[in-house]
Amino acid sequence: MSTETIRTTYREAVRAAICDALDRDRRVFLMGEDVGRYGGCYAVSKGLYDQYGPERIRDTPLSECGFTGAGIGAAMGGMRPIVEIMTVNFSLLALDQIVNNAATIRHMSGGQFHVPLVIRMASGAGKQLAAQHSHSLEGWYGHVPGIKVIAPATLEDARGMLWSALEDPDPVILFEHVMLYNREGELTADAGPVPITGAAVRRAGTDLSLITYGGCLFKTLDAAEELAADGIAAEVIDLRCLRPLDDATVMASVRKSHRAVIIDEGWCTGSLAGEVSARIMEQAFWELDAPVGRVCSAEVPIPYPKHLEDEALPQVRDIVAAARAALGR
Amino acid sequence: MSEPPSEYHVSTAAKPHFNRAHALHLLRQMLRIRSFEERCAELYTEEKIRGFLHLYSGEEAIAVGVMQALKPEDAVVATYREHGHALARGIAMDTLMAEMYGKREGVSRGRGGSMHVFDAERRFYGGNAIVGGGMPLAVGLALADKMQGHARVTACFFGEGAAAEGAFHESLNLAELWQLPVLFVCENNLYAMGTALARSESETDISRKAACYRIPAMALDGMDVIAIEAAAHAAVAEIRAGGGPRFLECRSYRFRAHSMFDAQLYRDKAEVEAWKKKCPLLRFRHWLEEAGILSMDETGRIEAEIDAELDAAIAFAEAGTWEPVADLARDVYTEDR
Repeated sequence: MSTETIRTTYREAVRAAICDALDRDRRVFLMGEDVGRYGGCYAVSKGLYDQYGPERIRDTPLSECGFTGAGIGAAMGGMRPIVEIMTVNFSLLALDQIVNNAATIRHMSGGQFHVPLVIRMASGAGKQLAAQHSHSLEGWYGHVPGIKVIAPATLEDARGMLWSALEDPDPVILFEHVMLYNREGELTADAGPVPITGAAVRRAGTDLSLITYGGCLFKTLDAAEELAADGIAAEVIDLRCLRPLDDATVMASVRKSHRAVIIDEGWCTGSLAGEVSARIMEQAFWELDAPVGRVCSAEVPIPYPKHLEDEALPQVRDIVAAARAALGR
Repeated sequence: MSEPPSEYHVSTAAKPHFNRAHALHLLRQMLRIRSFEERCAELYTEEKIRGFLHLYSGEEAIAVGVMQALKPEDAVVATYREHGHALARGIAMDTLMAEMYGKREGVSRGRGGSMHVFDAERRFYGGNAIVGGGMPLAVGLALADKMQGHARVTACFFGEGAAAEGAFHESLNLAELWQLPVLFVCENNLYAMGTALARSESETDISRKAACYRIPAMALDGMDVIAIEAAAHAAVAEIRAGGGPRFLECRSYRFRAHSMFDAQLYRDKAEVEAWKKKCPLLRFRHWLEEAGILSMDETGRIEAEIDAELDAAIAFAEAGTWEPVADLARDVYTEDR
C-alpha cells in the first residue's frame, strides 16, 4: 500500500468513489435530481455528466417516489443503481418505496428477489437551511429491517464505503452530512474499499466512551481534545454503520471506560442514541459507573437564524459538559 | 408539434392467431382463475386462508388476455388482487394455493400470502399491496432492460384507484420520458375499495390521463378476452419494436367484495347483477358454443379437470409444512441465508 497522500475534500472523495464504481462495473449508474447537467445539488457529481453521459448520469424529474422505485426495479432487473436523493427530507417522498419495497422484497418473496441498490442522500443541519432541509433521520431508517444504513464521516470512508455498499446484495442507505462536504484532509492516493460492517475507534481513551457518527464525529473529536487538556482520556467511536450496529466495538469500549455518552444529531426522542443506550444497558449494565448520557438536537424544527440553529444542534461545549457529568467532574 | 395520440387502433396484422386450441386455452385459463377464487372464498370461511383476501372474479379476461402477449423472458408486476395474474402467468395452482395457506411450499415460501405472490422463474415481481406501489418498480425493471439491451417488456397491472396516487403519475412520466418498454394495464373495476371512480377522480377516463403523458393509450372492454388479447399483442409488438410504453385501460367489474371483510354497502345489488350478465367467462363460452367451437360436454370436461386440479392443489397445500420459526429472520438480509 502506498503512503503517498493527496489533499482532497469529502465531496471529492465521494465523487472519486462514484467514478471508481462507474469504471469498475458497467451496471452502475447514478440517478437523481440535478445530478447531471447541474452537477449535483452539493456539486458531488460535477463533471460526471460530460464524462459518462446522460445514460449513466441520469437526471430525473422531481419524482422521488418514482425514481427511487425505479432504482429498486432496476436493481432487481440486473443493474447496480446509485440513487441520489437531494436531502433526507425529500426522501420522505420516497419512503413508501424504501420501506414497503426495498426493505421487504427479499423476505416477502421467500428469498427469490433481492435489491442491490444504494441510495445516497445528504442529511443534517448547519447551513441555515431551516426546518425542511436540515433533518437527521438516520435513526428512522435504522429502525427498518431489510435495509442497511451507513454514514461515512471521514475521507477514507467517503471514498471507500460506496463500493462496498454497491457490492452488497441488499439495499444500502448512505448518509452524507452536509457539513462534511467541504472538509479537507489527506487521503492515501490508492485508498480503496472500506467494509460496511463495524464501527471505528477514532481516538483511543480509557476514561469514557464518546459514541457518535456522521456530522457529529468532528465535534466529538474536538470535545475529546478539550477534555484531554484537562487530563480526561475520552475514547471516540464512530459508529458509521447504523444498521446493523456494531455492538462488539461499543461494548468493548464501555467495558474499558465504564462511562458512555452518545452524540447524535437526531432528536433525542426515539433516536439512534436511545437505541445505543438501550443496548449498553442490556449488554454492559454491570460495567457502568454512571448513567449513559445523550447529546442530541433540541426537540424543535431546526430554525433558520444562525444562533438558534447552533443552539438546536449538539455542540462541542454540550459534549464536554455531558462527558464531565458522566465523570462527575 | 403533433398532438399526443389519445388512442391507437389494433391493426389486423397484430391480431392473435385464433384457432380452436387457443380458444379453449383462453377459456380454460379464465375458468381456472374463477374456480380458484371461488374455492379460496370457501377456504377463507373455513379459516384455512387468513389475512386479507382479494378475489379477481369478474376480471379474468384482463390477466388472461394480456398474458397471451408476453414471452417467458418478459416481466410482470401485479397488485394485491393477483391470483389471476399468477395463474395466467403459469405459476402452478398447487404452489399458489400453498401460498394462500402460508405454507413453506408456497410460491413465496408462505411469507407473502394472498397479496404477495412472487416467482423469480416466471419473472413475477409481486403481489404489491400498496396501491400504485408496483408501478415505479415496473419502470425500473424496464429501465434495466433498456440499459442492458434486452428486448423485454414489463407488464404492469394496477387498478383505477392507482390513478389517484403520485406513483402513477411519476411512473407514467418516467416511462414515456425515457421511452421504456412498459405495458401499463389499468384494471378499471370502478371502485377503489368502496369509493366509486366518479367520487374520487375529476377525470374518470383513465386512458386520457395516460395520453396526457403522450403514452399511446386506449380504453377497451375489460370483459372481452379476445379484444384484450388483440390489444395487448399490438401494444407489446410496438413496445418491443422500441416504441416506448403503451397503456391499456380495461373497463371491468369485480363481482365479489373488495376483500372478505367488505359488506358492499357502497354499491347496489342490481348493479352487481347487471355486470354479472357481462361475465367474461359466460360471454366467451356462449360465443364459443354458438360458433360451434365448443360443446357443452367439452365445457363440462374442462370444468371437471379444473376441479381435479384444484382438489390436488388444496391437498398439496394441506399437506404442506410450516416454515420453522428458527427461519423467521432468514432472508431479511442476504447473508442470513
